[in-house]
Amino acid sequence: MTRVHDMGGRFGEGRITPEAEGAPVFSTDWHARALAVTLACGALGQWNIDGSRHARERLSAADYTRLSYYEKWMAALANLLVEQGVLREEDLAQPFATEETPALPQHPLAARCLHPEAVAQVLAAGGPAVRDSQVAPQFRPGDRVRTRRPANTLVNGGHTRLPAYAGCAEGQVLRLHGSHVFPDSNAHDRGEAPEPLYAVSFAAQSLWAHAEHPRDEVVLDLWQSYLEPA
Amino acid sequence: MPHDTSDPQQPPHSHLPSDPSLRVKALETILTRKGLIDPAALDEIIDTYENRIGPQNGARVVARAWADAAFRTALLEDADPVLAQMGFNGRQGEHVVVVENTPERHNMVVCTLCSCYPWPLLGIPPGWYKSDAYRARAVREPRKVLSEFGVALPEGTAVRVWDSTAEVRYLVLPMRPAGTDHWSEDQLMRLVSRDSMIGTALARRPDTGGVAGQEGAE
Repeated sequence: MTRVHDMGGRFGEGRITPEAEGAPVFSTDWHARALAVTLACGALGQWNIDGSRHARERLSAADYTRLSYYEKWMAALANLLVEQGVLREEDLAQPFATEETPALPQHPLAARCLHPEAVAQVLAAGGPAVRDSQVAPQFRPGDRVRTRRPANTLVNGGHTRLPAYAGCAEGQVLRLHGSHVFPDSNAHDRGEAPEPLYAVSFAAQSLWAHAEHPRDEVVLDLWQSYLEPA
Repeated sequence: MPHDTSDPQQPPHSHLPSDPSLRVKALETILTRKGLIDPAALDEIIDTYENRIGPQNGARVVARAWADAAFRTALLEDADPVLAQMGFNGRQGEHVVVVENTPERHNMVVCTLCSCYPWPLLGIPPGWYKSDAYRARAVREPRKVLSEFGVALPEGTAVRVWDSTAEVRYLVLPMRPAGTDHWSEDQLMRLVSRDSMIGTALARRPDTGGVAGQEGAE
């Protein structure tokens, strides 16, 4: 089983109400600050992107459902900062600083603080996920494959990128993306464990009881560990 | 096997104020006071995604692909070096695959597990892309979702939905509208909406003159 974030195919959602194309990027100031604080904290190097995704997924189902998008980011960030020992719980309850508040000693990680002159370079560099790997590709484009049950096989209840709706389904390899960092391992600080990543196509009819059209498909990017020959 | 035990009743975030804007302010304040973040860097990040990186980047790529056959071939074959040359790679767009719409196949992109999106090409995703409704429904009933965007596909067009489950980001290359044969790249760009590059719209029709807000959906 996965968690509440894994909502592909779920029933019970209403219509989609698209914002206009020219709508502001951030509908309110704190959304922008939330995104920027999250990115700036990422630069401290205390977690990776898979751990950061998992931190949002690990919010309780009630919190995940109750909190809006950037509230989830803030909640997960606060949890990560404490879990990784960057902040203490009591830091989060600190009253706001005023002119009279004494300055705090600089944090040991302050040397890694992201400054404005480095922002463009950091955003342009990003975090590529392609790695050299010892794991040889087992499949080629055109091969039929079957996905395993969606679950992290290294950590019970851990992070995985195989959605529930695509578990135990048969599809066809469309392309090999090369070897990518394996989130099921990396999210839990068990190493990058890179392995081949494939785009795999599934007939909509093989995923859904009532597919809209016989020729429709869903394609997912899936790691070799998620697949077996069909 | 280790177990993922992180489900405390009182998670650390529960110590923050409940009002969302105050929560952000509290985190920003304590992190700044400890020298862990620099508010000027936050301003720089926000300015980047409000003013410098957005759908205009993706529209440039699409317009050039429409106007230049060799560029289009290279883009569809291996997008990363092509995008790097244009300066359009980076965070959340480290590995990009461009998928082409044809009369036989319409492509549409979603991230059912979170909100993966090609930032260097389209900027920060709009609210609807991150909504539970889009994440839940796009893979199961893409045609119904498209109809809510005002798009009705011909019966002969198959839909291929790309669920962004890894660090590969997908950009849809929409079909070039008819009646634009001698248009320049700059003119063509005006026909490329953000949603047409996600696959929830078609390119704008030339008779709209590429006026923002007038989508080319049938």
